[in-house]
Amino acid sequence: MVSLIQGEKEVNMTGMLRSRLAGLSQEQIVFLVSVFFFIGFSLFIQGFASIGNFMIMLRNISVLGIFGVGMGIVVIGRGIDLSQVTTSAVSVAWVLKLMQDGLSIPGAVLLGLLLVILMGVINGYLIAFIEIPPLFATLASGICIYGFVRHYLLNLLNNHYVPESCKSFLVLGQGNILGIPLPVIWFGIIALMCHLFLSRTSFGRFIYAQGDNEEAARLTGIGIRPLKILQYTLCSLIGYLAALIMASSTSSLNVRIVDSTLIFDVVLVVVLGGISLIGGRGGVKSVIAGTILIGILLNGMVLINLGIAQQNLVKSVVLLCAILLDTFMHPSDEETARQGDI
Amino acid sequence: MSQLNQRLLYLRYKWSFKKFLAELLEKRWMDAIIPFVVMVTVIIVFGSQVDNYFSPMVLSMTARDFAEPGFVALAMAICLISGGIDLSVGGIFAIVNFLALLLIHVYGWPVIMVVPVSLLIGAILGALNGLLIGFLKTKAFLTTLVTMISFRAIVKLLNLKYATEIALSAKNNPYESAAWDFLGDGSLFGIPSDVVVLIIIAFLGHILLTRSRPGWHLYAVGGGRRSARHVGIKVERIIFFVYVISGILTAIGAVFYAARLDSAASETGVGLEILVLMSVVLGGVSIMGGKGTPGRALMGIVIVMVVMNALLRLGVNSAMNSLVQGMILLFAIGVDVKWLKHLYASIEKIYVVPTYLSLPKALDPRQGSGTVFEFNDKMEDTETIGLDQVDGPEDVILDRKGRLYGSVRQGWIVRFSGENFSKREIFANLGGRPLGMAFDKNENLVVCVGGMGLYGVKPDGEVFKITDETNRTWTRLKDDSRIRLADDCDIAPDGKIYFSEATIRYKMEEWPVDGQECRPNGRLICHDPETGITKTVVRNLIFPNGVCLAHDGKSILIGLTWKCDVLRYWIEGPKKGKIETLISGLPIYIDNINRASDGTYWLASVGLRTPVYDLAMEMPSFRLRMVKFVPSDEWLYPNVNWGCVIKFNEQGQVLESYWDPNGAFSHVTSMREHKGYLYLGGLHNNRIGRLKIKGADPEWTGPNSYWGNR
Repeated sequence: MVSLIQGEKEVNMTGMLRSRLAGLSQEQIVFLVSVFFFIGFSLFIQGFASIGNFMIMLRNISVLGIFGVGMGIVVIGRGIDLSQVTTSAVSVAWVLKLMQDGLSIPGAVLLGLLLVILMGVINGYLIAFIEIPPLFATLASGICIYGFVRHYLLNLLNNHYVPESCKSFLVLGQGNILGIPLPVIWFGIIALMCHLFLSRTSFGRFIYAQGDNEEAARLTGIGIRPLKILQYTLCSLIGYLAALIMASSTSSLNVRIVDSTLIFDVVLVVVLGGISLIGGRGGVKSVIAGTILIGILLNGMVLINLGIAQQNLVKSVVLLCAILLDTFMHPSDEETARQGDI
Repeated sequence: MSQLNQRLLYLRYKWSFKKFLAELLEKRWMDAIIPFVVMVTVIIVFGSQVDNYFSPMVLSMTARDFAEPGFVALAMAICLISGGIDLSVGGIFAIVNFLALLLIHVYGWPVIMVVPVSLLIGAILGALNGLLIGFLKTKAFLTTLVTMISFRAIVKLLNLKYATEIALSAKNNPYESAAWDFLGDGSLFGIPSDVVVLIIIAFLGHILLTRSRPGWHLYAVGGGRRSARHVGIKVERIIFFVYVISGILTAIGAVFYAARLDSAASETGVGLEILVLMSVVLGGVSIMGGKGTPGRALMGIVIVMVVMNALLRLGVNSAMNSLVQGMILLFAIGVDVKWLKHLYASIEKIYVVPTYLSLPKALDPRQGSGTVFEFNDKMEDTETIGLDQVDGPEDVILDRKGRLYGSVRQGWIVRFSGENFSKREIFANLGGRPLGMAFDKNENLVVCVGGMGLYGVKPDGEVFKITDETNRTWTRLKDDSRIRLADDCDIAPDGKIYFSEATIRYKMEEWPVDGQECRPNGRLICHDPETGITKTVVRNLIFPNGVCLAHDGKSILIGLTWKCDVLRYWIEGPKKGKIETLISGLPIYIDNINRASDGTYWLASVGLRTPVYDLAMEMPSFRLRMVKFVPSDEWLYPNVNWGCVIKFNEQGQVLESYWDPNGAFSHVTSMREHKGYLYLGGLHNNRIGRLKIKGADPEWTGPNSYWGNR
């Protein structure tokens, strides 16, 4: 009896803590943490609090943010796309190669678009119809696509430049409007559109329904399979835009970026901001909050000259904390957990 | 239909490939057959494509290379079996490799110290994963992905600091112990050292997983975490130790790698997790958890290593290599998902295989037919005992004190006693579905329990197991050693218990499906309490149900429900061991058989044969289509709503039939005579019936008839 009461108390304690935290949404918590880091870095890191650095930071995180918005759509539907960076990077590399081979900019971009849509549909097909768990499906399809495009379309070359003839392509990532870098504006537009899509259209609401309870969503008559294909296609597509902007702002693209931890940064941004891996939660706002925090963190680490390895260490600790927070805030129900859901 | 035609039809449906296939697919080792075939094919194909593939020299080198990822594959397999995954194995591999080299070259530790310390490091890194996934309940995939990144970062940092030192000390100060060399390139009987260790560990792991309690718990956790938690398995702790073991196994591989190559490069183990994941899934370890063995994991790694090795030697570039890897991974996982999803459905689809059964024309039971089965109202005056106090008393029995026992659906034996049987108590709780009952010499109640076997209840209500296993038929694919549906029992004068098992192919609640199939799936089993040996004495009976010892104690009568026959099996005398048909082709479906006071026998009938169903029995393909395409509640069923009780003598002549015009006792599965009354039980009844029999011996009781007056 005694132990029972104690147990209840314990539950109440964690429950209270949870509800107190829940009073603030995860975005708000993340935003507060960002402010805290921002003030801390401004005080202790030289060169952090300057307009120039601020612009660089915004420019750098915009690409990450756009990737994150795409990933967010899939994660809200209780999936994940580990092939997003691979898909977009190799497609854009192919676009650059087509440009070098003399194709016009719109032609090359359009072909790349077709490639990336095809890959998104394949991912969606693997997950929706063959019913491979998304983690495995996208892990494997990423490896496949990487090998396929490099072997058949890129002649095994890794580094691709924007050719002289296509300098206008660089405007995409290097231009300004009223002093605001274009990537930031792209990020704003894409975020707004996705926000409207997710919150104002029935397809967007369906994605939340699917992420919350797939079986229930299916029983209410939502076509889950086409919806999944739509999600993965959108994810690849938005990733493609991000990669185009990335290539344009640096005038080149190295497909070895696939081997970097970029994809984990994307997942980090999404999960950190409050799009739970459990699905059905969060939104574009969460991605923006997560992006700002990671942007500040990455920028600060670069400024104090941390090596890639140290940066990765810090990032993985932060990601681990985010996952733990996610598990704490949205504990998965052991009674309804499904087999193979790892 | 001519005799020959009937015979041919019978033969055509007697043996069925589909039945064989269904029983084959049910086998657990079938999961391993696909990877095994793939492995053999891959070895043959690539072996013939690449020159010198099988020369001893190359083979030994390949084997040595294969063993290191082999350990990691075992690590991955155990994680997958537990329903998780460990993507950080590559990182652990690299850290352990580096630290082992650091300790042996820079700090000059002896091998005997380096090996345990390396394994400890592996265990600690694994424990970190285990802590997060097991106790803090984070998702395995992402967690280990993150720890993979941090482990890799640690390796990079270590590398920056110590790489030159290791390289220098390895060159300048060749502290080369014999033990370290042996780890690196020693052999035992021509087999590389690491292969020997791998095989030993895989063998021990197999025993541990499949033959020990922790192993079973592990499969339970992986196969259904919720159920595992509900039955009290400490899920968190098991998952924690899974990752610790995974870390240790990876560390073993890393130590061998360190000893072989002495290379502290920071790329060590990059992509290893994908390689081993691909391998173990190809080998048949399911990503859904709860399936797989170490042997299968190793089969998978052999397949992948052979392919990779061959691609390398054929000069395929890295991009193509990655394409092939991705394809294999997708293929393996796709097959895994689909195989698991469709296996049980396809077994279910082909499992039921109806056969041909031709029943002789039945005597007409209609009023005015003049036959012995003619419908009458002899059971009209049946009294009711325990209305709504029993749920489906399949069998009823009375003891020497005149107390009435019924075996009911809740798994209890309910006892009625006192005046007019007004006092109801639960005599025993058996757990399964108690069916037929009999009293032995010592007044123990022997009970057939559906789903469990043969159990006994002592007079004080204590339950004990008599037997739940018999000898296996080695010529059959299906393991029939477990007793699934013990139906009715009786006890010979020498104490041997004879009991029927209605079917070995179906579960208790699926008995109507066995009726559709109408195959000889049942058997008669004998348990000897003196030796404790249980043996199947008669095989291939069509739903044997009632079992009754003849009055002279020299033979056993067996009632076959769907065949409507009564058989006699001799246990004594010149015909001992022989079986003969006593009555054939009754118009009713037979249930229990029991002794009557006048030297004859009572036979309970659950239902009446109908011409339509008899015809369906002769049309197996029709029944197959029905079972396949029509939902089960729309099937054509045998009539089990309207039955009766009949009486027959030692010669097999039916003497009398008792029908209930009110319908309350129209479904009878059991009856017992006791002091001039007949007590009636039914599988779906909510009461027990009691009928005064005209001309019966008012002093006769079952226990006296079997074991004499006391």
